[in-house]
Amino acid sequence: MKNNIAIKVDDLTVAYNYKPVLWDIDLEIPEGVLMAIVGPNGAGKSTLIKSILGILNPIAGSVSIYGKSYEKQRALVAYVPQKGSVDWDFPTTALDVVMMGTYGSLGWIKRPGQKEKKLALEALEKVGMLPFKNRQISQLSGGQQQRIFLARALVQDASIYFMDEPFQGVDATTEIAIINILKELRKANKTVIVVHHDLQTVPEYFDWVTFLNVKKIATGPVKDIFNDDNLTKTYGINYKVSIQE
Amino acid sequence: MDITEYIKLVFTDYTLRTITLGTAILGAVTGMLGSFAVLRKQSLLGDAISHAALPGIAIAFLITGAKDSNILLLGALVSGLIGTFWIRGIISKTHLKSDTALGLILSLFFGFGMLLLTFIQKQPNANQAGLDKYLFGQAATLVESDVWLMSIVTGACLLVLLLFWKEFKILLFDADYTKTLGFNTKFIDILITTFIVLAIVLGLQTVGVVLMSAMLLAPAAAARQWTNSLGIMVFLAATFGAFSGVFGTAISASQNNLSTGPVIVIVAGVFVLISFIFSPSRGLLFKQIRFIKNRRDLQLHKTLSFMYHIAETHENISHPHAIKILNNFQGFTKGTLQKLVRKNYVKLEGSMWSLTTEGFKTASNLYNQQTENNE
Repeated sequence: MKNNIAIKVDDLTVAYNYKPVLWDIDLEIPEGVLMAIVGPNGAGKSTLIKSILGILNPIAGSVSIYGKSYEKQRALVAYVPQKGSVDWDFPTTALDVVMMGTYGSLGWIKRPGQKEKKLALEALEKVGMLPFKNRQISQLSGGQQQRIFLARALVQDASIYFMDEPFQGVDATTEIAIINILKELRKANKTVIVVHHDLQTVPEYFDWVTFLNVKKIATGPVKDIFNDDNLTKTYGINYKVSIQE
Repeated sequence: MDITEYIKLVFTDYTLRTITLGTAILGAVTGMLGSFAVLRKQSLLGDAISHAALPGIAIAFLITGAKDSNILLLGALVSGLIGTFWIRGIISKTHLKSDTALGLILSLFFGFGMLLLTFIQKQPNANQAGLDKYLFGQAATLVESDVWLMSIVTGACLLVLLLFWKEFKILLFDADYTKTLGFNTKFIDILITTFIVLAIVLGLQTVGVVLMSAMLLAPAAAARQWTNSLGIMVFLAATFGAFSGVFGTAISASQNNLSTGPVIVIVAGVFVLISFIFSPSRGLLFKQIRFIKNRRDLQLHKTLSFMYHIAETHENISHPHAIKILNNFQGFTKGTLQKLVRKNYVKLEGSMWSLTTEGFKTASNLYNQQTENNE
């Protein structure tokens, strides 16, 4: 069923000042999976998505999206950065941030209009943030800010979504709201890649998983490879996790 | 000199008109661009750029031997740009943090500039005097062509701002995300930075190397207090900057021997001070007022809900209590109870206080409202 390869990473190596952060990563991610990237702090999880997205320059290796270079396929890809990567005291509103998701398709100079506003409002509705559309973003809770970021990516109407720790610092309500949206995306045959920290929820939320610790440890369906062996290899300690059958 | 006389003078006196117009335009353009510097957390970049411009002025003079302000400013522009790109180079190529890079370039370039200035002053060239005016600026030297130059740069800056508004905004907020959308963030970044350098260089003659960064930061910091919209912030910063120029010039012109640059900077500082105190949403004054009001309201709520809890244990909600009993529990003041009486939530009979029906209702709603608000 899952024959189409959405993302292919070949020999990807990234280093900050001589020290390799990612070492010779080969990865094939099939279309339509909801994939978690797990690994300890400093394993290069964020670096991996940032390198695929061209935010960081790898020293070696290549990335292709549906067989073509990322630059050509940019319109198919949406990105949800870590919430903490921006200054939420920036003078703007929730709606305005979500509208930024339309800037890519607008291109240079052209301003967003009614059509873009409508798309943004729809996305806000999807994440349950419509009542807060005119709220200054600093007055939103952490969970609400995360939903705004998610809505901004949804506006892009992409085929592939990269999310950097979308569950970090959000409450249970938001976590459930977000995971439901991710599952809906998967239903629509979108590919979703999530940097994830909570190992307990991996089997429940995801169907595909990549273990990463500078090198790729394993990648594949959660039911096949999410086991103590791989966890121990990745985290370096004898990790026991009880997988709910 | 009274105000009407001064205003008349602004429109009739050539020098005064030129200086007023020049400082106003300068204030507007630095205020606008300063908003971007402040929001990018690059506030000190302006300081580094203006100090880095000094050796350029000296070298331009050494090469041409003339004090044509346009040529000197061209030198300032070149060395300001070199300083800026070195700062960026240091940040991206080494482990050093941006504050270190800024401090390093600022002091090295300024030191080199001062060295050149003292060297120039030892030269047997009668033309050399007056270069040091670039340290603190001298608005009186502004001529019409300077104002024209400022207007042209301001016009170009406005045009670029309007064209690339969306790109500037998204880059300021989330640079990585901007990159993934396919925008050339380096180009946007260089565009903003180049205009910041241009604006600073234009201000050197008027405000000087040492104080120039205040022109960039003060109007923007003041403007941020009043609004949560980027567009309004930029507009307000430009307005504050322009008024700082106009008022500063007026004060220095009506008080003899007051140097214009520092006065403008101080006026801009007054804008900041007023904004910090009086801004309705972020200002210290209203914050304090809200705090006191909230505390009072909560005290009333606390008393009311306490009486509500007691009332719940009695059949009659208006079961009266002596103040002593109430005091024993939470130390209520008579004042709070009296306020509740005025609101008709509590009534006093003899020396006994009791909840009214209205007070009972309000108290029970109090809890419901609070839980609703929390959601």
